[in-house]
Amino acid sequence: MSLGEGSGRPSIADDKAQWLSEKANWIRLSAMSMTNHAKLGHTGGDLSSADILATLYLGQILNVDPNKPLLQERDRFVMSKGHCSGAFYSTLAARGFFPIEQLKTFMEPLSMLNGHPDRNKLPGVEANTGPLGHGLPIAVGMALAARMRNEAWRVFVLVGDGELQEGSNWEAAMCAQQYSLDNLIVIVDRNRIQQGDFTESTIRMEPLMDRWTAFGFAVQQLDGHDHLALHQAFSSVPLEKGKPSCFIATTIKGKGVSFAENKPAWHHGVPTEEQLEIAQRELGVEATW
Amino acid sequence: MVGPVEAEKGELQKPQMSDCRDAYASMLENLAEQDARVCVVINDSLSSAKMKDFKTKYPLRFINVGIAEQNMVGVGNGLANGGMVPYLCGASCFLTARAMEQVKVDLAYSKANVRICGMSSGMAYGQLGPTHHSIEDIAWTRILPNLTVIVPADDVETAAVMRYSLHHEGPMFIRISRIPVPRVHRDEYEFRLGKAVKLRDGSDVTIITNGVLVSRALDAASLLEQEGKSARVLNMSTIKPLDEEAIVDAARSTRGIVTAEEGLAAGGLGGAVAEVLALRHPTPMRILGLQDVFAPTGSAEFLLQHFNLTATGMRDAALNLIAERT
Ligand SMILES: Cc1ncc(C[n+]2csc(CCOP(=O)(O)OP(=O)(O)O)c2C)c(N)n1
Ligand SMILES: [Mg+2]
Repeated sequence: MSLGEGSGRPSIADDKAQWLSEKANWIRLSAMSMTNHAKLGHTGGDLSSADILATLYLGQILNVDPNKPLLQERDRFVMSKGHCSGAFYSTLAARGFFPIEQLKTFMEPLSMLNGHPDRNKLPGVEANTGPLGHGLPIAVGMALAARMRNEAWRVFVLVGDGELQEGSNWEAAMCAQQYSLDNLIVIVDRNRIQQGDFTESTIRMEPLMDRWTAFGFAVQQLDGHDHLALHQAFSSVPLEKGKPSCFIATTIKGKGVSFAENKPAWHHGVPTEEQLEIAQRELGVEATW
Repeated sequence: MVGPVEAEKGELQKPQMSDCRDAYASMLENLAEQDARVCVVINDSLSSAKMKDFKTKYPLRFINVGIAEQNMVGVGNGLANGGMVPYLCGASCFLTARAMEQVKVDLAYSKANVRICGMSSGMAYGQLGPTHHSIEDIAWTRILPNLTVIVPADDVETAAVMRYSLHHEGPMFIRISRIPVPRVHRDEYEFRLGKAVKLRDGSDVTIITNGVLVSRALDAASLLEQEGKSARVLNMSTIKPLDEEAIVDAARSTRGIVTAEEGLAAGGLGGAVAEVLALRHPTPMRILGLQDVFAPTGSAEFLLQHFNLTATGMRDAALNLIAERT
């Protein structure tokens, strides 16, 4: 992951990318520790989305202030794949929205860290998600509000690829096109796996790029684990003036942990103590918390 | 009313806990073997709806629509129209909440011969939280004309309801938990639609409940016995059509009714019982359930305790009612 001399990409420096990759792996291990602790969680999708989340929150893409989480002109991020709360909470904690210590209470009785995010409990959470197909309509509403108020903030929304089987996404997409919402950025975590199987052997999603294009989005496919590429892409929105942007981030479900990579069973697999140790070694992360 | 099926001590074997999803899944395979019209639709819910074996045995009668519940219910209507008997199997929260208009129009209004098997209802999903809880489903479904609503209490009743469902005319919502429950019915139990099951007779108060709370109600009756109070226990597994006669009879002979449900207290079983009593035999009641709140974080068992949906919770409500009456 190095930015070759003269590649000409306007981007973050090598050391920053290295730092982001370390942070993303910290998020991965933290999420797995939470799942190990709670004996519940969604390891596969936590791991596939860690680099995207790290880039958005720790790579200074999102204009948010953990000390003033409700500032009107903040950028909004909607975690539509709310089942990946392990990665999402770890990212919010790493960004300073609440103490990292609090991650230990994941799913414990009366915890603020519910299995799926609750905006009334946790600062930094914008939308209560969990049932798939809610995030994009909410994000469209947010983008419309920014437009009505003539404010410059943007709305980023992360959706799962299986999640896109919900029709509500496509209703929202048509609305985004109609209102030329170029302040809306959809990121698809394209890990090709849903709950029970691979997407393409359940309800196929291809040709995904063509679908988004047909729905009026400016679309770009990229490596969802390449921090430089992610950072550059998220820094250059809208991809096209007057159009909502869609990034199809090619990812590996379970990324970074050999036994979980690309295995449907790890959608909600719970790591044992031993597996957690292997993960820690493979991710090269010091203990998390 | 059926019964009384006595559940005297010693007659039932030591409670062995079971997940009602196992009984539903194996009975569904039996039905498919008997009747070539039986088919299954899932929403990426292969393991949560325990449909792996069904899929292997009957691949041509098995459809996975993906994560798309509104489509799923519409497809159910179409399959029924085309001469099949579809069972829609997935998490209760999504099958009802997400697809409610399809349930209303495509199933209830249309009188389509479709069965919804709503899995892991109530608060069975525990820590996954209110998005995944299905504490509203009884209120939503029981008000719909033409829709039959059933909440089985154990593995025996789940199998019996599934067996019954094959020949039922019209749409059904069957609520199936994943919380392990002890057996409260005998092996030879036969389900009768719209008939409450009197699991224990009593004269001071009646506890009316269903689903995972039935065994707790029986425990509550034992606790009440220790207090010198005699409690009747009715398993109201059919919410719709409701056994009004059993309710009125209980009100007449025990003069007080405690209902308990794994869901919102408003609009559910307690509400249904109250509607009957208000019109036919006004009687003091206690309605146990979630009182206008979404649940906090916690396991299913933690939440049942938190909301007093326990034997002691039911006992205390009954004692309180009896004390106020005298
Ligand atoms: C409406 C709805 N139906 C079903 C589910 C159950 N469910 C939770 S995660 C999941 C699979 C999601 O797959 P994908 O969107 O690809 O997420 P990822 O691979 O990133 O984990 C399913 C079916 C749900 N949460 N919401
Ligand atoms: Mg996926």
